Amino acid sequence: MTAVDGGLSARVRVERGGFRLDVALAADPGETVAVMGPSGAGKSTLLGALAGLVPLAGGEVRVGDRILDAAGGRGASGDAAGRGSSGDSAGRGGAGDAADGRTGDAADGRGASGDVAGGRGRAGRVRAGRAAAGRAAAGRVHVAPAARGVVLLGQEPRLFPHLTVRENVAFGPRAQGVPAVRARAEADEWLRRVGLPDRGGERPGELSGGQQQRVAVARALATGPEALLLDEPLTSLDPETAGGIRDVLRELLGTAVVATHDALDAVVLARRLVVVEDGRVVQSGPVREVLAAPATPYVAAIAGVNRVLGVARGGRWVRDGVVLEASDAASRAAAADDGVELVAIFSPSAARLVPLEALGTGAGDGATTVRRLDPTPAGVRVRTELCDVDIPVEDAAGLASGSPVGVRVAAADVRLRRAAQRIS
Amino acid sequence: MSPGAARRSRARDGFVPPIIAVPAVLGLALLVLPLAALVARVDWTTFWPDITSQPALDALRLSFVTGLIATVACTILGVPLALVIARSGARTAAVLRAIVTVPLVLPPMVGGIALLFLFGRRGWFGALGLQIPFTTTAVVIAQTFVALPFLVLALEGALRTSGVAFERTAAALGAGRWTILRRVTLPLAAPGLLAGVILCFARAIGEFGATALFAGNAPGVTQTMPLAIYTAFNGAGVPQGTAVALALLLLITAVAVLLLVRAWRPGTPR
Repeated sequence: MTAVDGGLSARVRVERGGFRLDVALAADPGETVAVMGPSGAGKSTLLGALAGLVPLAGGEVRVGDRILDAAGGRGASGDAAGRGSSGDSAGRGGAGDAADGRTGDAADGRGASGDVAGGRGRAGRVRAGRAAAGRAAAGRVHVAPAARGVVLLGQEPRLFPHLTVRENVAFGPRAQGVPAVRARAEADEWLRRVGLPDRGGERPGELSGGQQQRVAVARALATGPEALLLDEPLTSLDPETAGGIRDVLRELLGTAVVATHDALDAVVLARRLVVVEDGRVVQSGPVREVLAAPATPYVAAIAGVNRVLGVARGGRWVRDGVVLEASDAASRAAAADDGVELVAIFSPSAARLVPLEALGTGAGDGATTVRRLDPTPAGVRVRTELCDVDIPVEDAAGLASGSPVGVRVAAADVRLRRAAQRIS
Repeated sequence: MSPGAARRSRARDGFVPPIIAVPAVLGLALLVLPLAALVARVDWTTFWPDITSQPALDALRLSFVTGLIATVACTILGVPLALVIARSGARTAAVLRAIVTVPLVLPPMVGGIALLFLFGRRGWFGALGLQIPFTTTAVVIAQTFVALPFLVLALEGALRTSGVAFERTAAALGAGRWTILRRVTLPLAAPGLLAGVILCFARAIGEFGATALFAGNAPGVTQTMPLAIYTAFNGAGVPQGTAVALALLLLITAVAVLLLVRAWRPGTPR
C-alpha cells in the first residue's frame, strides 16, 4: 500500500557462548513465514535479533527499504547461506536476496490485512531508516527496538496490568503520537477484529489466558507494524483456544515471522516454512512441500511421517532386504541412479501390519520387529525397527516389544527423495 | 464448631508451640501500654485550647509545611535514585542500597552533627558563605536526610519486583524512554511509590534528633512538633498539656499513615 511496505529480509548471525546462529530469512510483503526447529535450535534468538533485542555478530536486517541492522564488515555483503537448500523451490531464503531487498515474485499482495492500521508513524520510521541506510555505507547500523516498526509477540501476552484492555491496545498508537480519543476508537475496532468487542473497559486480569493473548495480538497489530514477529504465540493455550486465535491470526497477519513447535501453525498461518536446526537452516520452502519431503528426522517428526534411509537400486528403495517402490515421477527420478542414498517417506497411517506368513516377496512388503508400542488418541503407534505404523487399538492385541511383524506399504503412498538433498 | 471449621483453623495455625503466646503478648503490651498511658494523660477538657494555643499552632504549621516540602524534595531526589538502584547490577545496587540505608540506622543526632559539619560556618558549604544552620531550611534538610531512605527503599523494591519485561514490551510497541517511564514503569510501581511517600512524610514530621542539632529550637522558625514536645517537658515555653496534646496528634498521624500504607500495599486489590 505504501512504498515502504516491502516485506522483511534478513541474514542473521549471532554468537552466544558456544552457540552459533546463522540464518537467512525473507518474507514478502504480506507474507507469513513459519520458523520451526527443536528447542534450542535458535528460533527465539532469531526473532530477538530481528526485533533488535539480540545484537548481530554478522549479517543484516531489512524491512522494506530500511536497514534496521547491519553488522558491518564481513557478513554484511550477504553470501548466500540458505541458497540451494532442498525443497526451496521458490528460490528465496538466501541472503543474496536480502542484499537487493526483493525477490522476483514479490508482488503477491498483502492478503486480508495490511492496510487496516493506517500509515501512522511510518514517516518517522522511514526517516530513521534512511538515516540508517546512509550510515550503512560506513558499517554498523542498529535501529533501536522502539523505532523498528517490528513488533515481537511472545508466548506470554504481557498486557500492562495497570491499564484497561482498551488502553493496552491503544498504547502503541498513543506512544506514536496518535491523540488519545482516536487511539481508543481504533483500539475498540481492533478488539472487535480479534473477537473481543465490549471487553475494552476491563482489566487484563479479568480475562482468560486465551482472551489475553487475543488482546496482545490486537495490541501488536494496532501499532501498524511493518512486520510482526510471533514467538510461539499459542504454545501455552489449550488446543481449542489456540485454534480460535489461529483463525484470528490467519485473517489479520500481514508480513510476519512465526516461530512455532506446531506444524499446524505453519500450515494454517504461513505459506513458507524455514526449518532451523542447531543454528542453521536445514530446509525451507512452501510449507506443504517441506512437510511432504522432510529433509531431516526432525522435520519428519513434525510432519508426522516416516522418513527411512535406504539405498537406490534398480529404481527402487532398498534397506535390509526390504524393497519399496513409488509410483510418482519425482520419486522415480530420485531413485534413478543406483547406489545413491535415498529416503522413503510415507505416513504411519498408510503402512499396515500383516502376518509374517502373508508377507509377499515383492516391493512394499518387509519383515521387521516391534520396538515399542505407543498409545495415541486414535489408536496405537507401533514403532518397529523399520518404521512407525498406526493401527487400531484392537489390532494391537498380542503385540509386544520384540514381536516379529510384517509391514506393507502401497507404492502410491510412498515418496522417494535423495537423502543427499539435505544441507547441513 | 463444625469439623470442617476445625480443620481449617488447625491448618491456619500451623505447628508453632502454643507457649510462645506468652512472650508475644508481653511484647505487644510493651508496645501498646505506653501509648495507652499517653492517651490516658490527655486532659480532654483543655485538649482543644491546648492544640490551638499559639505555640502549638506554630509548631503544627511549621511541622506540616517543612514535612511537606521535605517529602516533595525526597520525591524529586528519591525517585531517580530508586530507578538507578533498581536498574543497576546486583553488586552496584547492593553498595548503593547500603549507602541509602545508613541514615535509616544512624542515630539522627549523628546525622545532625554531620549536617552541621557540612553546612556549618566552618563546614564545606558554610565556607562558601551559605548560612543554613538554625533556619527553617535546615529543618527541611534534616527531615529530607532522615526521610529519603524510606522513599528510596520502598520504591526500589517495587521497581525491582515489577522488572523490565513490561518496559521491553512497551519499547517493542514503539514507546520512547520517557513514555515508558511515565506510562509503564512508574504506574506499575505506584503502590510502592505511594507507600514510600507516606512513610517519608511520617518520618519527616516525626524527626527530632537531626533537627535539634542542625536547626535548633527557635519557636516559629525551627521548633517543630517533636521539639515543642521536648521543650515542654524541659519546662520552658510550651505548657505540658499542650505537649501531651501534640504528642497525641503525632500518634494519630502515625496510625493514620500506617492504615494508608496498608491500604495501598502492592498487590492489595482496591
